[in-house]
Amino acid sequence: MGDAVHPRPAVISRADLPALVDAIRAQGYALLGPTVRDGTIQLGELGALEDLPIGWGDEQSPGSYRLHRRGHARLFGWAVGPGSWKQMLFPSRERMWSADRTDDGFVIRTDDTDAAQAARKVAFFGVRPCELAAIAVQDRVFVHGAVPDRSYSARRERALVVAVDCGEPSGTCFCVSMGTGPSTGPGYDLALTELDDERGHRFLARGGTDIGAQLVRGVPHRDADARDHAAADAVIASATARMGRQLDTTDLPALLERTLESPRWDDVAQRCLTCANCTLVCPTCFCSDWVEVADLSGDHVERWRRWASCFTLAFSTVHGGTVRASARSRYRQWLTHKLGTWWDQFGTSGCVGCGRCITWCPVGIDLTEEVRALRELDRPGAAP
Amino acid sequence: MQSRDQPRGELCVPSPYRVVDRTVETADTVTLAIAPVDSLARAWEPGQFNMLWMPAVGEVPISISGGVGGGATGGDRGGDGTVLLHTIRAVGAVTRALCALEPGQTLGVRGPYGRGWDLDAASGRDVVIVGGGLGLAPLRPVVHETLRGRDRYGRLAFLAGARTPEDLLYMSELGQWRARTDLQTEVTVDAVPGREWRGDVGVVTTLLPRIPFDPGRVVALVCGPEVMMRFVAAELLRQGVAPGDIQVSLERTMQCAVGSCGHCQLGSSFICRDGPVVTWERVGAAMGVRER
Ligand SMILES: Cc1cc2nc3c(=O)[nH]c(=O)nc-3n(C[C@H](O)[C@H](O)[C@H](O)COP(=O)(O)OP(=O)(O)OC[C@H]3O[C@@H](n4cnc5c(N)ncnc54)[C@H](O)[C@@H]3O)c2cc1C
Ligand code: SF4
Ligand code: SF4
Ligand code: FES
Repeated sequence: MGDAVHPRPAVISRADLPALVDAIRAQGYALLGPTVRDGTIQLGELGALEDLPIGWGDEQSPGSYRLHRRGHARLFGWAVGPGSWKQMLFPSRERMWSADRTDDGFVIRTDDTDAAQAARKVAFFGVRPCELAAIAVQDRVFVHGAVPDRSYSARRERALVVAVDCGEPSGTCFCVSMGTGPSTGPGYDLALTELDDERGHRFLARGGTDIGAQLVRGVPHRDADARDHAAADAVIASATARMGRQLDTTDLPALLERTLESPRWDDVAQRCLTCANCTLVCPTCFCSDWVEVADLSGDHVERWRRWASCFTLAFSTVHGGTVRASARSRYRQWLTHKLGTWWDQFGTSGCVGCGRCITWCPVGIDLTEEVRALRELDRPGAAP
Repeated sequence: MQSRDQPRGELCVPSPYRVVDRTVETADTVTLAIAPVDSLARAWEPGQFNMLWMPAVGEVPISISGGVGGGATGGDRGGDGTVLLHTIRAVGAVTRALCALEPGQTLGVRGPYGRGWDLDAASGRDVVIVGGGLGLAPLRPVVHETLRGRDRYGRLAFLAGARTPEDLLYMSELGQWRARTDLQTEVTVDAVPGREWRGDVGVVTTLLPRIPFDPGRVVALVCGPEVMMRFVAAELLRQGVAPGDIQVSLERTMQCAVGSCGHCQLGSSFICRDGPVVTWERVGAAMGVRER
């Protein structure tokens, strides 16, 4: 998908949006997107546009998530749910290879693995700006690292990204602080802004790649005018003003590096259950276990990769002990990696401000609050 | 064998190797000499490690402790068709299975991985090599390497320690090294519960004062239990050695060995990829924080 200039944002009416979906499918893409399931907005296969969370909104706060009906029929009037696109590109469980014992050792097969079957073209429909940023973060880990990850790269190459600006941030969102939203940053094939006002329910569409631009050209549309742009700007301005949280990122890596022995870590360790929910819902967490799965005879062996969490004891266990035995050291590892050492490793923050770890923490631990407390205690003259 | 044709690392697939020789080092430690079954061994550097795989048991990181073949001595850098040496202590499921391998049996190998000892940094300087217990395994090839290019270095010393005389690795080689005049070799043990021992008793740091080196132009290569490395580094720093001139080889949990699984992190370093050999300059601060 080469870079090209796509100067003319277009407007697609709500009535014509199904044509966009048809056009995406006609290109051979399977459609994946958000849908309401089990009382949450989750990501999955979309049959039709009607499968989107139309008319739904969410209420999120530390440790709490609730869906409710809004009094309108907007498609994207909600913030992110527990699932993230990470699960599509970096599945929670994946077979990497298998081996069969032979007289002379073993023979390894790599062609029957999940990676080999990742060849499907998929369209990610309804990617929020923070999630687009999270994909870019994982790209740095899995595609631009020293050793590119084959299965992730294969899936990523075949993914078409249709992003949608955020109009309804939740109570735990802080993308503005992280510079990842609520307007869509770079990296999309097609970006939409949902507009619903006296001029009708419609979408401002911008192609980011040739494919995205072609898709727009292939469906009924008109050129966007100044009033459409003003309406889109108003959506962003309103979302910006309603961010649920904020995080002061000033010199954050340095702050974390000098507060490693802050009493605040003891405080959060009293509350943290080390349940690992935060790492599982986080769209950038990339750690994995590489595990051996054998049949009873031991003649057939498979190597699986599964999501891992730095909150478990086993994560840092070497023969003779565990490096990070206390809850204090494990929470500290997570936060200092996310917001600090990630910069050294990948040239970016490991947090995009999606708020999931706050919402889905059973005891409502809020990383923005933890950082605020660390900063407060770090002030010269602060009581320890 | 399919795996040989795969692009390097991406799928992290082991290749079959065969055990060609097995030497019992101590009660729980053996050195395996292994050779590729149907592929070429890859070139390696002293200080690097391989992931050794016992099918249906598991895979663990093990340092390369030498190579033989091609007419070179043990500790030679690897190359086409060479044999690799791995010294393994049986501490758990995988290492027990590896130690039980007999000549003729096969295992899986992927690697080599990581950054080894930076000998370029040691060129023209005194070199002090300090090893404790199994830490001798990744240091053995560096002793060979420095002896091969002996005139590139100033004074050369090797300090080896173990818990008891029975735990000392590479006994016959240590004897040969002690007899050399171009290498000062000192050996100590923490305690002597069993057989007769005429050598030194005490932790390895007690040997440091015996080594005449110039703190301003020395490079120290250190591997052993983490507490031992902390003590050695602290002592060297106290004597005025710069943190950048102290190289240590660290052990962390490793599953991928390519900077992807995240397990081996220490501060901003992935020990599998940025190490296992790192300078004290890089990790000293992180090593100073408990449970980092
Ligand atoms: C860079 C490096 C070089 C090493 N070189 C040598 C060497 O030359 N000789 C030697 O004998 N040992 C070496 N080790 C240590 C060796 O890898 C461990 O002793 C071995 O992993 C223990 O596995 P096990 O299943 O036998 O033991 P167990 O104690 O049964 O391990 C239990 C579980 O703990 C975990 N675990 C323990 N240690 C490690 C580890 N280091 N990495 C990943 N998972 C771990 C695994 O999940 C394992 O299944 C090295 C380690 C590293 C990191
Ligand atoms: S750390 Fe929390 S807010 Fe930041 S990206 Fe991960 S889940 Fe979202
Ligand atoms: S911070 Fe919350 S979600 Fe994360 S491990 Fe602790 S209790 Fe679980
Ligand atoms: S061992 Fe997987 S990242 Fe280092």
